[in-house]
Amino acid sequence: MKLAYWMYAGPAHIGTLRIASSFKNVHAIMHAPIGDDYFNVMRSMLERERDYTPVTTSVVDRNVLARGSQEKVVDNILRKDQEETPDLIVLTPTCTSSILQEDLENFVERAQIDAKGDVLLADVNHYRVNELQAADRTLDQIVQFYLEKARKHGTLPEGKTEQPSVNILGMSTLGFHNNHDGTELKKLMGELGIEVNQLIPDGASVHNLKNLPRAWFNLVPYREIGLMSAHYLEREFNMPYVDITPMGIVGTAQCIRKIQQVLNQQGAAVDYGEFIDHQTRFVSQAAWFSRSIDCQNLTGKKAVVFGDNTHAAAMTRILAREMGIRVVLAGTYCKYDADWFREQVGEYCDEILISDDNGAIGDAIARLEPAAIFGTQMERHMGKRLDIPCGVIAAPIHIQNFPVGYRPFVGYEGANQIVDLVYNSFTLGMEDHLLEIFGGHDTKEVIHKGISAESGLNWSKEAKIELNKVPGFVRGKVKRNTEKFARERGMDEITLEVMYAAKESVGA
Amino acid sequence: MTATQPEALTFDCETGNYHTFCPISCVAWLYQKIEDSFFLVIGTKTCGYFLQNAMGVMIFAEPRYAMAELEEGDISAQLNDYNELKRLCDQIKRDRNPSVIVWIGTCTTEIIKMDLEGLAPKLEAEIGIPIVVARANGLDYAFTQGEDTVLAAMAVRCPEKAPEAEKEDRNAMQKLLNFGRKQEEIKAEAAEYADHPPLVLFGSLPDPVVTNLTLELKKQGIKVAGWLPAKRYTELPVLEEGYYVSGLNPFLSRTATTLMRRRKCKLIGAPFPIGPDGTRAWIEKICSVFGIEPQGLAEREAQIWENLADYVELIRGKSVFFMGDNLLEISLARFLIRCGMTCPEIGIPYMDKRYQNAELVLLEKTCQEMGVALPRIIEKPDNYNQLQRIHDLRPDLVITGMAHANPLEARGISTKWSVEFTFAQIHGFTNARDILELVTRPLRRNAALQDLGWDQLVQETAKV
Repeated sequence: MKLAYWMYAGPAHIGTLRIASSFKNVHAIMHAPIGDDYFNVMRSMLERERDYTPVTTSVVDRNVLARGSQEKVVDNILRKDQEETPDLIVLTPTCTSSILQEDLENFVERAQIDAKGDVLLADVNHYRVNELQAADRTLDQIVQFYLEKARKHGTLPEGKTEQPSVNILGMSTLGFHNNHDGTELKKLMGELGIEVNQLIPDGASVHNLKNLPRAWFNLVPYREIGLMSAHYLEREFNMPYVDITPMGIVGTAQCIRKIQQVLNQQGAAVDYGEFIDHQTRFVSQAAWFSRSIDCQNLTGKKAVVFGDNTHAAAMTRILAREMGIRVVLAGTYCKYDADWFREQVGEYCDEILISDDNGAIGDAIARLEPAAIFGTQMERHMGKRLDIPCGVIAAPIHIQNFPVGYRPFVGYEGANQIVDLVYNSFTLGMEDHLLEIFGGHDTKEVIHKGISAESGLNWSKEAKIELNKVPGFVRGKVKRNTEKFARERGMDEITLEVMYAAKESVGA
Repeated sequence: MTATQPEALTFDCETGNYHTFCPISCVAWLYQKIEDSFFLVIGTKTCGYFLQNAMGVMIFAEPRYAMAELEEGDISAQLNDYNELKRLCDQIKRDRNPSVIVWIGTCTTEIIKMDLEGLAPKLEAEIGIPIVVARANGLDYAFTQGEDTVLAAMAVRCPEKAPEAEKEDRNAMQKLLNFGRKQEEIKAEAAEYADHPPLVLFGSLPDPVVTNLTLELKKQGIKVAGWLPAKRYTELPVLEEGYYVSGLNPFLSRTATTLMRRRKCKLIGAPFPIGPDGTRAWIEKICSVFGIEPQGLAEREAQIWENLADYVELIRGKSVFFMGDNLLEISLARFLIRCGMTCPEIGIPYMDKRYQNAELVLLEKTCQEMGVALPRIIEKPDNYNQLQRIHDLRPDLVITGMAHANPLEARGISTKWSVEFTFAQIHGFTNARDILELVTRPLRRNAALQDLGWDQLVQETAKV
């Protein structure tokens, strides 16, 4: 047993549901007790989704405990097959079904006999994998299923597309800024003259999966989801893949160069050198920003980075390499893939932390006292407590991290967005600091009776100055408490003495 | 809607395929209510993920709750449950020093048959902190029923006889009631209490509501001897044989049963004090049991209705559909029908016809008096079927969980998120306006946005 207050990655079934519900017309049926369908709430709230989340539950209750699911799961699959005619139904095990050890495979086989759509059992074990690993596996499983099916039916299309083309793997629902990243990558591919053969799973149809091998290569922008599918496609169809995250100016350039290499090997003869140079120097603002005086002022400032592998590694490199910021600690909660992370950030930070215990991260931040944090929502709250600004760069995230406006993290526009995020975090911290040194904005004496005078109490000049020394965010409270204290004692002028007395009595 | 009026309420039961919160969510409000408690949820990542997301920002406020996250070794019994729990509870004692640790049993502890009730007394003796066990799992219960399992377990822990503690408790209550008032006012208001047997109320409510309802009864000369739960575990009320008890919420049937059977208390079965009609009926029933003639209740109710007039105007003649997820549905429907709404369907996770009897009778009576059709009450509803019915009926308002709210809104159907009724203050005369504030919000929003012409925001309509 482990005492836990917070977790960075969710349980396995969440990963499966993220993949299933990203596809068009795929329905997931969870084998779970009442209340485990919380995924629907998250998708509906966070993604502000207009459609019903295609996830239902085959409820595990007392009867199931006593007698097993029997016909229940099969009936539920067939019912959904009829009601919504999905292309695919994914039976999703949960922690509960992991222990019940029912033969879900058998239910799937039986349901498949009568179902018009396809039926699959998600191959994930609650106690062995987390949300991200499960998502990676489920995507791989669905891709394999449809390619093998096509092969069996002899419907696998022959050959490659005429023009160079790409599959983008791993964009999914509830992923951090995934929908904006998808748009940005499509745009980037367009500019490189590369046709997007398919983007999966977000918005894709399983019927089109058989066309995946027609692309010249696969692009896997995120470390966590999509690699398994890319490996499979490489193994079975000899398709090369690019797994360099195009995040930051340098990262994007590296990714494009790798794409160039992959295409040239297949005889495309492309040269993206000029495109990269033009984008970097004249279109994107990020390279210019790193030369500007603003960024000069950030030189050597301390930052802590924490998140999933993709975002934490990319941010660490951007901060260190592109902005001259000193990353005192870089960390990830993807413990299962820690070696990769170490290798990626080793030369760009002082210290590496691999942990999924928010207490350990909080302690490290408190010890290092960075000028800014780049982390998840959890680190944002730690920052609040410690008065350190934080930019959110990775899940777990709240609704404000699902912006309606265009906010990619990848590509050249992504680099611009990251500049804003970084710069805003640091200047806010600076501004706060300056205010504290100089005693706040309101250092000028108030010469007319405005709102501040309506209490009917006179503040002596000294007391007023003293009050203005109080940090802005508690000043109002101190003022109110002091006035209350004075009023209760029938005083009509607030002097320094009164202020101190009030402070002592109420801790104002 | 058809104009037929059935003679009595009809009850149906569907497949139980509906969305609701897991009952472990009761931790969220109970740890705040019982200030010296610590809630330990013994379950898996799934439970933790739910709590973390459902509680939103509360999670960052160093809550007095945690997960005892079961690992593979716990499931396969390679690790010893007792030793594991002892290690965690020692740590909780060291870090937080609570007056009680509440173990919340989950689906997993049920399936692997972890004997929490058996382990608790041993561990309790060893670490010197009371351990209360509540099996609030999704196999058996829905959402608010979690509180019921916790309170039923606490009812057994209430002292049997502790005159001193009782006195203090009352003083504390008195202090609370008199807070911020002048001495003369208190004297002027200090009515003589009628001579009646001790009355203990059960149900977790925010402190302002506790004060409010206690005062409401005081006006009738009825003294509240205690509340289950109290603000602190150490202040649990005395429960002697023959005490009277009354429930504040419709989902507390196990607690009621425990109080009657194990503590030999007498249950006052009344409608619940939700809405001015419910509050009045609740007080009248308590008065009648104690042989007290209620004073000024009709005027009080009338005055509240007068204050609600502007909101009632907005919903009169409109229809409301309850998908059902928190067991407050019967009481809320009864109040809204009294406000002039019609209600084709009341979905509800679980219907205890005995515990809710008085509320059901009042619902029936309200429908007859308002001249509206009796609603269908659907226990263990099927959300898919309900959505078909909603698309057919097109009610003016659907009260539902967050899983369906946005998709319904996108199809031009107004919704109110049901969970808000659990967390808002809705009890007593004073809070009736808060209920209507919630109910009318979508309607007022619609009024503000009308004529913009974009209430249908999906291309295919009515496909579920």
